[in-house]
Amino acid sequence: MRSIYRKLFRDLWYMRGMALAIALVVTCGVATYVMSRSTLDALTTTLDEFYSEYRFAEVFATLKRAPESVARRVSALEGVDVLATRVVAGASLDIEGYQEPVQAQIISVPDEGPPVLNGLYFVEGRSVDAYRDDEVVVSDAFAEAHGFRPGDELGAVLNGRRKQLRIVGIVRTPEYLYQLAPGSFIPDFERFGILWMGRTPLATAFDMQGAFNDLSLILAPGASREEVIEAVDLILRPYGGFGAIGREDQQSHFYITEEFRQLDQMATIFPVIFLGVAAFLLNVVVTRLVQTQREQIAVLKAFGYSNIQIGVHYLLLVSGIMLLGVLGGLALGIRFGFGLAELYMQFYRFPYIHYQLNPGVVGNALAVSMLAAYIGTMAAVRRAALLPPAEAMRPEPPPRYRQSIVERLGLSRWLAQPTRMIIRHLDRHPVKAFFAVIGIACASALLLMGQFFDGAMNYMMEIQFSMAQRDDLSVTFFEPTSRKALYGLESIPGVEYGEVFRAAPVRLHNGNRTYRTAIQGVEPRGDLFRLLNTDLDVVEPPPDGILIPPHLGKLLGVAPGDTLHVEVLEGSRPTRSVPVADFMEQYIGLGAYMRIDALNKLLREGPAISGVFLETDEAVITDVYDVLKEIPRVAGVSSRLQSIEDFYDNMGETMLVFAFFYTLFAAAIAFAIIYNSARIALSERARELASLRILGFRQSEVAYILLGELALLTLIAIPVGFMIGWALCIYMVSSLQTELIRFPFVMSAGSYAFSAVIVMGSALLTGLIIRRRLYRLDLVSVLKTRE
Amino acid sequence: MVDPDRQLVFQARGVTKVYDMGEVQVHALRGVDLELYAGELVVMLGPSGSGKSTLLNILGGLDTATDGFVGYLDSDLTRASQRELTEFRRHHVGFVFQFYNLIPSLTARENVAIVTEIARDPMTPEDALALVELGDRLDHFPSQLSGGQQQRVAIARAIAKNPQVLLCDEPTGALDSETGVIVLEALDRVNRELGTTTAVITHNVTIGGMADRVIKMGDGKVTDVLVNQTKKQPHEMHW
Ligand SMILES: Nc1ncnc2c1ncn2[C@@H]1O[C@H](COP(=O)(O)OP(=O)(O)OP(=O)(O)O)[C@@H](O)[C@H]1O
Ligand SMILES: [Mg+2]
Repeated sequence: MRSIYRKLFRDLWYMRGMALAIALVVTCGVATYVMSRSTLDALTTTLDEFYSEYRFAEVFATLKRAPESVARRVSALEGVDVLATRVVAGASLDIEGYQEPVQAQIISVPDEGPPVLNGLYFVEGRSVDAYRDDEVVVSDAFAEAHGFRPGDELGAVLNGRRKQLRIVGIVRTPEYLYQLAPGSFIPDFERFGILWMGRTPLATAFDMQGAFNDLSLILAPGASREEVIEAVDLILRPYGGFGAIGREDQQSHFYITEEFRQLDQMATIFPVIFLGVAAFLLNVVVTRLVQTQREQIAVLKAFGYSNIQIGVHYLLLVSGIMLLGVLGGLALGIRFGFGLAELYMQFYRFPYIHYQLNPGVVGNALAVSMLAAYIGTMAAVRRAALLPPAEAMRPEPPPRYRQSIVERLGLSRWLAQPTRMIIRHLDRHPVKAFFAVIGIACASALLLMGQFFDGAMNYMMEIQFSMAQRDDLSVTFFEPTSRKALYGLESIPGVEYGEVFRAAPVRLHNGNRTYRTAIQGVEPRGDLFRLLNTDLDVVEPPPDGILIPPHLGKLLGVAPGDTLHVEVLEGSRPTRSVPVADFMEQYIGLGAYMRIDALNKLLREGPAISGVFLETDEAVITDVYDVLKEIPRVAGVSSRLQSIEDFYDNMGETMLVFAFFYTLFAAAIAFAIIYNSARIALSERARELASLRILGFRQSEVAYILLGELALLTLIAIPVGFMIGWALCIYMVSSLQTELIRFPFVMSAGSYAFSAVIVMGSALLTGLIIRRRLYRLDLVSVLKTRE
Repeated sequence: MVDPDRQLVFQARGVTKVYDMGEVQVHALRGVDLELYAGELVVMLGPSGSGKSTLLNILGGLDTATDGFVGYLDSDLTRASQRELTEFRRHHVGFVFQFYNLIPSLTARENVAIVTEIARDPMTPEDALALVELGDRLDHFPSQLSGGQQQRVAIARAIAKNPQVLLCDEPTGALDSETGVIVLEALDRVNRELGTTTAVITHNVTIGGMADRVIKMGDGKVTDVLVNQTKKQPHEMHW
């Protein structure tokens, strides 16, 4: 091997502590990138495959009721390839040993053969016997939540008639990867289930013989989806069509893509930040290295090594460190990615997952890391390459002497000699001190960022489920009902108080921008459901006009004072203009809100309600459940506390899993950065400190000079890091805004404390390691060479 | 003994070097005229700051003159590009510095090899180290060698590529008299056996005794040139 490469390897070996620390940061960056990217790739390919294998439909329409002949008209439309009709009905279930009411959606399966569209993957058991009216298949999330196996039974109220059903199969389907009860934003697998039943018995139970109320289709190749949707709407309108939607508006698909998008953004932001930190560290290390190797560079040049050869030498050094980091990151990323993919497979209930590592991901990881490293070290390498050899023969000129701040302020009398040395050193090398502070601040910022989600999520839940929503139970009815229903519910023993609400599915229009959501009408001066403005003050719903979250305003391009066109998707389906009264805060979901009487007016109806918020006596809540289960018009009951739990169990989990990994990596990086800056300081000052030892300084005094400086820099860096962390989090919050969740920018005291503790802990650990090295400082070697 | 028929290796005419320090200008060289002939050993003497190192660096292509002419054999160093200067150093010049400037992460053998690997017609590192009587310390790192041994490694490194010229800036400056003599013997031997043109900067007047010629410098100029009628052997010298 050529000696110049030997030098390379020996240099790398000599600086292995620092090299490993940097490689570790790169490893974290590459690992997060590979982990999230490969997981995301796996999820999207699996999703696509699951969709096509189980023929997930492309257009969905629901309606009141239409005879089968209407379906043939739709089927005959140009642009429709495959079409399937179904009967879909709501029911309430009674599960033995489970007190709370359970809401269900029952979907028909064809009498002959498997469903043409939206197929079922059988986890267990078989499909229903077409002509048995007591057999059902259930979704596996629901089955899992209750521990159902084929053969188990459950009670149901179908169209007011009680019926005992037997489970014969457990399935997953692309249509309900994400299962939400109507009107809910949070999946709840215990209280909401999807059931499948033979078409004939289901139609018989709901008076739908020879008719359908649900239609889905796949488009012919090249067909325009918009045109088909329009044509379908036209045909279904007389039959109470609620408006056809494309796949991207289909609930399960919509939520899944939103979540994937969020993962995608996190998969970009974090690696970018990590690699940025690595580039910064490399810059510091290589700059220092070139400084200390000035004379070696000069000798090599004196003996005829060219500028390019010297430049390449240092680039190779950088590449060596990066390669180490990238390889580590690939290994770790694949390992974690595989685990994460499995986790998500269970979470999304894919029947399988195709985890594969795209060569493109590896190539990108390598290319981006190397690019970051080369950009980070370009200046230092350039300086090495262009160093004029004659000049390099002399050591760098010492910094110009001036009185340090200690002397100027006359503090020297009060400070011990070692302390004066610390301050003098920092004062003479402000740039070095600045970079050290920035480095440690990055560590603190990363930790803060890793913690951010936890804090923000708690805050978000606090606002949504304790400031805005304060009910114990919310009850929804199958059909809009008269206000009298409230009095019925209020008379249940254990119910203390109730407030009504009205909810209607709508499509909001502004020009050609549209958004499908629901308008909720709430009571003025309500106490169980309150609206918050963007400053989080409780506000009254305006007498007319609509309140929307700012994000919805952004999507629709409207601001307070503008007018929205509301296309109601139920009843007589009127279209109205409504002024946007103001913006309101809503972190989860994107809804629109009005005063209930204004909404009733808009819907051209009397004082109808869709449901009731209840305040109940916690002690007798099971009795309340028992009564509610017996009321036929009650479609569902949801408990606020349960929603909070469900949120953390289901949606929170995907984010927090990521946040956990990032925090882990951030902690590793924090240590790497701090250890690295201490090692640099040690290698730069070893001679000086050894000389002090020769002059009679004690080990502890010498350790104090070096470690005291580290401690001081760390303490300065922590608040600086908080500020950098804020900036990063603000950026992240703004880029992670989705229709599903919009994180508020809040930082909990716990996050600050966590960040500070990890940084100080890392500094302490580093201090212990460095002190051991200091104690082994070779005093003789100092005398051997000059400086 | 200067034989006017001998080949002229270096020729300097009116060489000046000005360091522009912003407010002040330092005139390190104020018009130096000088010739070095093939195979001779010259010693350069002069007070500190007189411009010896500056001149040597310019001759060796480490630095360039502000004004004047420097010729090496048939080429004009004052007109040479950085690339050409690099090639010049790579194939023609060996340097020895006061503080050895070995690469601490490489052994004695590797410190020599790092130069022979880019040279055109080098001797082996082992031969070069044998020439300075360090054949038995091949695999020691600089930190495991004494100052004098380190300086001999530096000489081995400088001569290993069989350079035409050997430029030494205070090679014994950091050494005691006995070790200094050993180093000078190595230089003398290289000069005799390989015929390498050698220039040695020193503060030590005694060392002038081993030279063919002694060039005295003062205040950026050559003030005097003495020709030694009888050269001394290094071991005959003491200081
Ligand atoms: N890079 C530089 N910048 C400014 N001035 C310089 C530089 N290098 C050398 N000088 C000045 O040029 C003059 C000559 O320096 P040089 O190093 O050649 O002296 P020298 O004869 O080798 O001295 P010594 O015997 O002390 O080594 C000195 O006054 C020195 O201060
Ligand atoms: Mg000098």
